[in-house]
Amino acid sequence: MHESLRRAMLFAPGNNPGLLQHAGIYGADSLIFDLEDAVSIHEKDAARILVRNALATIRYPCEVGVRINHISTPWGFDDLAAILPARPDFIRLPKCEEAEEIKRIDDIVTKAERRYGFPEGSIRLMAAIESPRGLRNAFEIASASPRMMALAIGGEDFATSLKTTKTKDGAELFAARSMIVYAAREADISPIDSVFSDLQDEEGFIRETELARQLGFDGKSCVHPRQIELVHRVFTPSEKEIQSAQRILKAYREAMARKAGVVAVDGKMIDAPMIIRARRTLAHAVAAGLVPQEDLND
Amino acid sequence: MALIQRPAQAGTLESSDILIMIAPGEPGKGIVISLESPVQKQFGRRITSIVTRHLQQADIQDAEVHIQDRGALDYAIEARIETAIARATAPADKEPGNA
Repeated sequence: MHESLRRAMLFAPGNNPGLLQHAGIYGADSLIFDLEDAVSIHEKDAARILVRNALATIRYPCEVGVRINHISTPWGFDDLAAILPARPDFIRLPKCEEAEEIKRIDDIVTKAERRYGFPEGSIRLMAAIESPRGLRNAFEIASASPRMMALAIGGEDFATSLKTTKTKDGAELFAARSMIVYAAREADISPIDSVFSDLQDEEGFIRETELARQLGFDGKSCVHPRQIELVHRVFTPSEKEIQSAQRILKAYREAMARKAGVVAVDGKMIDAPMIIRARRTLAHAVAAGLVPQEDLND
Repeated sequence: MALIQRPAQAGTLESSDILIMIAPGEPGKGIVISLESPVQKQFGRRITSIVTRHLQQADIQDAEVHIQDRGALDYAIEARIETAIARATAPADKEPGNA
């Protein structure tokens, strides 16, 4: 699967024209226009129209999705009806607890794609897991539709549903984070880590992002543009990692060319998982502009 | 002909936004618009023409409209007048802001 990387997904509040029209300039890998928590209940109608118009008229340099209100609220279905004609790249469902929710949205999206003549399957879905019930069903949710592209953890809500609070070392979310990575990886979609809301604490943000990367997440949700560069820095491989990946792939290509069965680099046997990891390292290096795209081609 | 059921507004006074207020007009007086904008000279006519077009499309004949622009682009102006009209013309039990 050759999809673009989703390291930094930037939220922008859906009822703020200034933030919506500038959201594309900060280098995020994905944008999420928010109709849910960032919009008061009295402005839900206004926000979905504004976001629809922004999607329809502004050219963004990356994929753009919309976080709708949950379909059990009075606004979720109206959000979909307003947004889908403007062809968002994806819909993000918050507080997802069952695969059935994804299937219902999938049906609505499928009908909209036919009605508006969009390629079938072009609008993707992602879900946020924010409760123990959602976590228990995480794999079913992640694999509920071929449109599913990512599974996120909503850390603040998750901690609240555990009757605790989200701390900076994240002990309370450790199991949930890992289980979401497992579910997403089993379903072959991207796991995305939670937001970090203390904008003053850069070190804390970096620590949490490093933890997310180590646990296996593909990226992190961001609530402020200045977090994007930090996420990119954490997800960018070091010079040493890049060189090692290049040596592994070079040795592998040479072994393939001479039909050799066994490959060794720097005295270590190279096996299939190492090759996959090396390709992934180079994909991140390409995304960061550190090596040319050709290095990825076999 | 669509009827304005109640005065309504949409938008904010934040930068790049526009606040549009509409109220029932005197029958026969047509659409009366007042506009405040930092870019009134350059874009005043454009803003009022977008607003007028939306009111006409909604078949509203008489209305008083007060617009406070903060440098909104067309997509935002279009969104705010669409929202204001929806709020002003919604039946009492379906006021959009009170869903």
